[in-house]
Amino acid sequence: MSLSMPDFTKPESKRLDLRRILAAPGVAAILTILGTVALWELAARTLNIPSYLLPAPSAIFSTFPSIGAERWVGHVWATLRVALLGFALAIAIAIPLAIALVRSPALNRTLYPLLVIVQSTPVVAIAPIIIVVLGAGDAPRIVITTLICFFPLVVSTATGLAATPPELIELSRSLRAPAFREITQIRLPFAVPYIFSALKISVTLAVIGAVVAEFCASDAGVGYFIQFSTSMFKLPQAWAGLFVLAGMSLALFQAVSWAQKLLFPWSLPRKR
Amino acid sequence: MQTPAAIRFDHLGQVFDTGSGRVEALRNVSFEVARHEFLAVLGPSGCGKSTLLRMIAGLLEPTSGAVEVFGRRVDGPREDIGIVFQKPTLLPWATIEDNVMFPVRHKRGRVGSHDRDRAQELLRMVGLEGFGKRLPDELSGGMQQRVGIARALHMDPDILLMDEPFSALDALTREEMGFDLLRIFSERPKTVVFITHSVSEAALLADRVLVMTGRPGSVLTELPVPVARPRGRETIKDPAVTELAAHLRDLLLQRDAA
Ligand SMILES: Nc1ncnc2c1ncn2[C@@H]1O[C@H](COP(=O)(O)OP(=O)(O)OP(=O)(O)O)[C@@H](O)[C@H]1O
Ligand SMILES: [Mg+2]
Repeated sequence: MSLSMPDFTKPESKRLDLRRILAAPGVAAILTILGTVALWELAARTLNIPSYLLPAPSAIFSTFPSIGAERWVGHVWATLRVALLGFALAIAIAIPLAIALVRSPALNRTLYPLLVIVQSTPVVAIAPIIIVVLGAGDAPRIVITTLICFFPLVVSTATGLAATPPELIELSRSLRAPAFREITQIRLPFAVPYIFSALKISVTLAVIGAVVAEFCASDAGVGYFIQFSTSMFKLPQAWAGLFVLAGMSLALFQAVSWAQKLLFPWSLPRKR
Repeated sequence: MQTPAAIRFDHLGQVFDTGSGRVEALRNVSFEVARHEFLAVLGPSGCGKSTLLRMIAGLLEPTSGAVEVFGRRVDGPREDIGIVFQKPTLLPWATIEDNVMFPVRHKRGRVGSHDRDRAQELLRMVGLEGFGKRLPDELSGGMQQRVGIARALHMDPDILLMDEPFSALDALTREEMGFDLLRIFSERPKTVVFITHSVSEAALLADRVLVMTGRPGSVLTELPVPVARPRGRETIKDPAVTELAAHLRDLLLQRDAA
C-alpha cells in the first residue's frame, strides 16, 4: 500500500526533486542571470547610480515597448542580414581555401603567411576604407563581416582536414580513387568537428563584424541604434540594444550547435 | 618455377631523407611469397616491416632494387591488394555495412546491390552478421578490427597485407581472431603478408616465417612452419608449433642482445 503510493509529504523526496531541477540543463544559467539582474537592480536603486553611468535593468527594459516592435525588428533584421550574409560568404571562401591549403604545400607556404598578415591587420581600422571603396549598401558591410569572421574557419578547417587518420589516406591512394573523393568522403567528414567549433566562434564574430560596419556607416541595425542612442544620451536605450545584440549572438551560437546535432550527430562527443 | 611468385623482393633498399639526416630503413632485402602463401614477418621495432608493406602496395617507391607483384614491377598503387591496418580506422559516421563497402564507394562513387550482398556475406564470414546497420563506436575493438578485415576483402584482392592487425586487442580476443583468420583463409585462400610481434601468432598462422634484422632491416632467416593445414585450436599445442615459436623467440632475443 505504502509501496504503491507516491509519498509527496516526505521532506527527502522534495529536496531530491529540487536538486534534480537545479541540475537540469539551462536552469543554473537562467538562475545566475536572474540573480545578476536582481542584484544589479538593487544596486542601481540603493546606490543611486546615475542612469548615464549604469541604468537600472527596469529602466532598460521599459525602453523596449517605447521603441516599438516594428523598429526593433527593422534594426535586428538589418544586423542579422549582414551578419548572416557575411558569415555565409566567409564559409564559402574559407572551406575551399582550407582544402587548397591542405592539397598544395606550395599554396600553404605562399598563401598562409598572407592570411596571417590579413588577420593581423585590425579590420576595424580598414573598415572605413572598405566603405569608401565599396560605397553605400550592404556590400561593404558584408565584406567587413567576412573579413572579421573567416580566419578561424580557415585555420580550423585546414587543421581538421589534415588531422585525418593517415591510414585512410593511404587506403584512398592504394585504391587510386579520384582526388576529390579523398576530400569529400574522408577529409571533410573528419574535419566536421573542427569546422563546427570554428563555426560557433565565427558566427558570434559575424555579429561583431556587422556592428563594426554599422558603426562606420549605416542608417539601420542594432549597432547603429546603439550609436544613435548614445549620441542622444539615451543610455537605457543603448543598453537595451546591447542586450538585443547579446541575445542575437547567443541565438546564432545555439543555432549552429543545433545544426551540428541535427546534421552530424556522430561528430559530437558520445555521452555514456 | 613455373608461375611467377605473387610477390618478389629483389635486392631492395630504402633510404629515407629526413630533416635530421638519412635513415637507411632497409638494405638488400630479397625474398618471395608464393601464390596463396601466408607469410608472417617478424622483426624488431623500426626494422622496416611497415615500409615493406607500403612498397608492395605501391605507396612508396624503393630507393634501390625492385618489388614485383605477379611478375610485374610495382610502379604505383595497385587495386588488387587489400590492406588491414593496426588500428581499424573505420569511418565513424558510416554504418558497418557502409564501412565494408567503402573501397567500392570511394573508387567508383556508388555501390550496387551486388556490393551490398557481398558486404553481408563478408560480415557473416567475420562473425558480424546482423551488425551491418550499427555504427563503429557501438562495436568493441575486436569487432571493429573484423570490420577492417571485411573491408580489405570486399574488392576480393589477390593479396592481403596485414600490419600488426591484432596488436591493439587483448590476449584472448587476439587468439580468437587468429583462429578466425585460419577459417577465413581456408574458405577463401589469399596471398597474405602478415606483420606481427607475436611469435606464437606467426607460428600458428603462417606457412613460412620471415625474420628480419634490426635497422637497416634485412632478411635474417626464413623458416617454414612444418604443420599441415587445416589448423585450429589444437594447433597451438602442436609440439612443432611450440618448438618453432621458442626458436623464433630465441632468434629475436639474440638479435636484441647483440
Ligand atoms: N616516411 C618516412 N620518413 C622517414 N623515415 C621513415 C619513414 N617511414 C619510416 N621511416 C623510418 O624507417 C624505419 C622503419 O620504419 P617502419 O615503420 O617500416 O618500421 P616497422 O618495422 O614497421 O616498426 P614497428 O614494428 O614499430 O611498426 C624507422 O626507423 C622509421 O623511422
Ligand atoms: Mg610498423
